[in-house]
Amino acid sequence: MSSLTTTVSDALSLLATFDHAVAEIVALSLQVSGGAVALGTLIGLPLGACIAVGRFPGKNVLSVLINGMMGLPSVVVGVVVYLLLSRSGPFGGFGLLYTPLAMIVAQTLLVVPLMAAITRQVVEDVWQRYAEELQLMRFSWWDSVTTLLYDCRHSLLVAVLAGLGRAMSEVGAVMIVGGNIDRATRVMTTAIALETSKGDLALAIALGMVLIVIILALNALAFALRHWAMRRYG
Amino acid sequence: MAIFPLRIRDLRYQPNGREVLAGIDLELGDEGITLVLGPNGAGKSVLLRTICGLVQPSSGSIVWGEEQGACPAQGVMMVFQRPMMLRASVLHNVALGLKPLALSRREREARAMAMLERIGLADRAADSARQLSGGEQQRLALARAWLTKPRLLLLDEPTASLDPSATAAVELIIREIRTDGTRILMVTHNLGQATRLGDDIVFMSAGRVCEHTAVRAFFARPHSEEARLFIQGELPWRMRFPGA
Repeated sequence: MSSLTTTVSDALSLLATFDHAVAEIVALSLQVSGGAVALGTLIGLPLGACIAVGRFPGKNVLSVLINGMMGLPSVVVGVVVYLLLSRSGPFGGFGLLYTPLAMIVAQTLLVVPLMAAITRQVVEDVWQRYAEELQLMRFSWWDSVTTLLYDCRHSLLVAVLAGLGRAMSEVGAVMIVGGNIDRATRVMTTAIALETSKGDLALAIALGMVLIVIILALNALAFALRHWAMRRYG
Repeated sequence: MAIFPLRIRDLRYQPNGREVLAGIDLELGDEGITLVLGPNGAGKSVLLRTICGLVQPSSGSIVWGEEQGACPAQGVMMVFQRPMMLRASVLHNVALGLKPLALSRREREARAMAMLERIGLADRAADSARQLSGGEQQRLALARAWLTKPRLLLLDEPTASLDPSATAAVELIIREIRTDGTRILMVTHNLGQATRLGDDIVFMSAGRVCEHTAVRAFFARPHSEEARLFIQGELPWRMRFPGA
């Protein structure tokens, strides 16, 4: 019991003194996961909306595939990205392996199916109600996609948050493609795993606390935003 | 592409063998307001949706001007009983009607604002469209359709569930749209509205057009037994659904 108390107390003092190592790791985590979610939003939301609105052969197969990929193991994605970015891989020439950019690529691949699947479901429900009127107004397929994304923007915060949660909490992919290099590619999850294995539980718990606070704060912000939007726009 | 005269010949719609439209014959000229009356399940709304291409008929023809075929790409609009309201401002919702046109956003919004002034909602331009009352939403939907300058406007019970004052406001706009040169085909259950607004009446029952005549003649001397009973509020349900 005293060991736990000491560890938590050390963790809190690390946070209170604004430990430079902790701050660096947190900053890189936000940079990598934020980048991945930004890219995931740009790709996943339009992709999900296109699947919802489009009428094409294989639409159901694609929907099932996207839904299935929501649970893609992060280590599998890590290995695939590793193979693509390693020196002998097709993109090896770019020298991206063991850089934050490689971690962003891996996390983007993880969050895109999740964000696309949630978006498809949200947009499809609205599309069923609006399709006839948009069709009568001679909306092109793309105009319909952009209009629906705009109309669902508050509900789609859920997709963005889900993507952010997935990106910030995963460890396997970033460990493989980033290498967990100190001051280069070490993020909160990989640092927690490493420090725990080394026995430095104080740093691991301090990072865990920061991770939880960040996720809670973002969720609270999204909740408040959605609440405001519902009151403002109905 | 010419739209009028609009000639509908032996139009049938039979999803899963059920006869919803059972051989509709109808001709519309280029002026006026035609009210479509009839009991629930008569096929009125389906007729409107078939005309604008939302429902593909099983057989029959629709001739636009001299051309038989699909609904023209421009010039035909429809307003539904529960119109689409995006989670956006009133102005945005009205300007939406112009989105497919190659206009700048500023131009779209300027035209939408002018239209809002015309229908008396300019002071609500910045409000959320979803916070409007039912009558105001219906006026917004009419404005959105009117903004595209349709030659034919199809209205599916636009005043259903509105109070008399909101109904009067909607009717005023419908009259203005007609004065502006738009031909209107409108479904209603409100017989008073039919006498106030309509030039002629199409009475439907069981997927067929039983009568197409001037408003006064319809109410003074209905030709069909169904129409007579409908006006008196006594149309028995077996006559509405003969297959039942």
